Amino acid sequence: MMRQIGVLMEKEFRLEWRQRYALNGMLLYIVSTVFVCFLSFSLRRNQLTPMVWNALFWIILLFTAINAIAKSFVQERAGRLLYYYTLASPQQIIISKILYNTILMVVLAGLGFSFYTLVMGNQVQDLPLFLANLLLGSVGFAASLTLVAGIASKAENSATLMAVLSFPVVLPLLLMLIRVSKNALDGLDRSVSLDEIGTLLAIDAIVLALSWMLFPYLWRS
Amino acid sequence: MKNNSKATRWWKALAVLILTYVIVQGLIGTVPRQPILNESIRNVYFHVPLWFGMIILMLTSMVFSIRYLRSGNMDHDTVAVEFANTAILFGVLGCATGSVWANYTWGEPWPNDPKTNGVAVAMLMYFAYLILRNSFDDELRRARISAIYNIFTFAVFIPLIFILPRLTDSLHPGNGGNPAFGQYDMDNQMRAVFYPAIIGFTLLGVWITELRVRLRRLRELTDDIQDPLPKARTTAE
Repeated sequence: MMRQIGVLMEKEFRLEWRQRYALNGMLLYIVSTVFVCFLSFSLRRNQLTPMVWNALFWIILLFTAINAIAKSFVQERAGRLLYYYTLASPQQIIISKILYNTILMVVLAGLGFSFYTLVMGNQVQDLPLFLANLLLGSVGFAASLTLVAGIASKAENSATLMAVLSFPVVLPLLLMLIRVSKNALDGLDRSVSLDEIGTLLAIDAIVLALSWMLFPYLWRS
Repeated sequence: MKNNSKATRWWKALAVLILTYVIVQGLIGTVPRQPILNESIRNVYFHVPLWFGMIILMLTSMVFSIRYLRSGNMDHDTVAVEFANTAILFGVLGCATGSVWANYTWGEPWPNDPKTNGVAVAMLMYFAYLILRNSFDDELRRARISAIYNIFTFAVFIPLIFILPRLTDSLHPGNGGNPAFGQYDMDNQMRAVFYPAIIGFTLLGVWITELRVRLRRLRELTDDIQDPLPKARTTAE
């Protein structure tokens, strides 16, 4: 079981490495979005309040996540997907995809955060909490968006559908993430964020469990 | 789903009776005087039961989606989508009644309140569900994939509406330190109207759904009967 997941993940990495333009495209996407935001605000950078800094960062990350994860099912042809399904159980496939997307999101979020702080200034006072929050966010985005990407890939016009289907679904997650990272920005005591972190963990668990249960029905169609 | 004998129709009569009672009580019954709320407290009989009804209808829709995935019976899918449609109708009505109420008690028609925003997001989710359904031509595929999205959506909707508002300040009772309405502004006389109102509006929702499901089934039947004819004609020509 674990070995099969490992092999499937290795396949995902190889696939990504062979199509480097997609990965490079994602990296360029987040860097250029951050830069556009920087230029839009550059005149009044010192007036950027933590509130705006925070909201902007998470919106950039949300769009990056949707774009990055939307391709996780359309990258491969239907015939090849069918072949995987004869080799592995659907649960292994969805878990490997979620794990891979989590790693991808952590890389993208890390890069996005470092570039964002470089140009927009670092206003975070509680860095460990912010990074932990970033990690939880990556897991949540990966888990909820992978299943939605699977759903959207089955329909035509999947790019629009992906956005329409995923925005409401990630919204509770996004609200919690913004709240915790606002606490981290202000350097509040960590006990203040405990409730929110608990809810974040619960939402992550709910989406993971649902992906695990629902994906077997999805791939058969 | 149901054969329409007299034994299975009693709940429709019950719905009519309860709703008549609720409307009469809601318009001319006596209500306690509360500061700020004043006479607008009567909206408790309409606004709140509509939301309760919506959540119950959404839950039923999800249950039928699960049953569809387990059995593959297309009929369950039809029932699920019609329950979702009625839930959207109730949601829109709930928004409208809430907007009127908020305008007079909180001062603006759309206050920035976590519960209100949560419900707006829920409406977006169910609209997305309908759009997803329309983007498939193949019936089986549409049924299966929209059932998956329906289940997923409802599970995300629960924390959005029940957990998040309790973590922040909200204007609604029962959230952010405000006591729930059961605790103070409702007396026993109001409860005698409020609880039946929930049942009445839910029954009304089920009734609407049942009619729409029957209409849809009939349409499918007539499509099946009418379809072969034009095809036969074209092959004859």
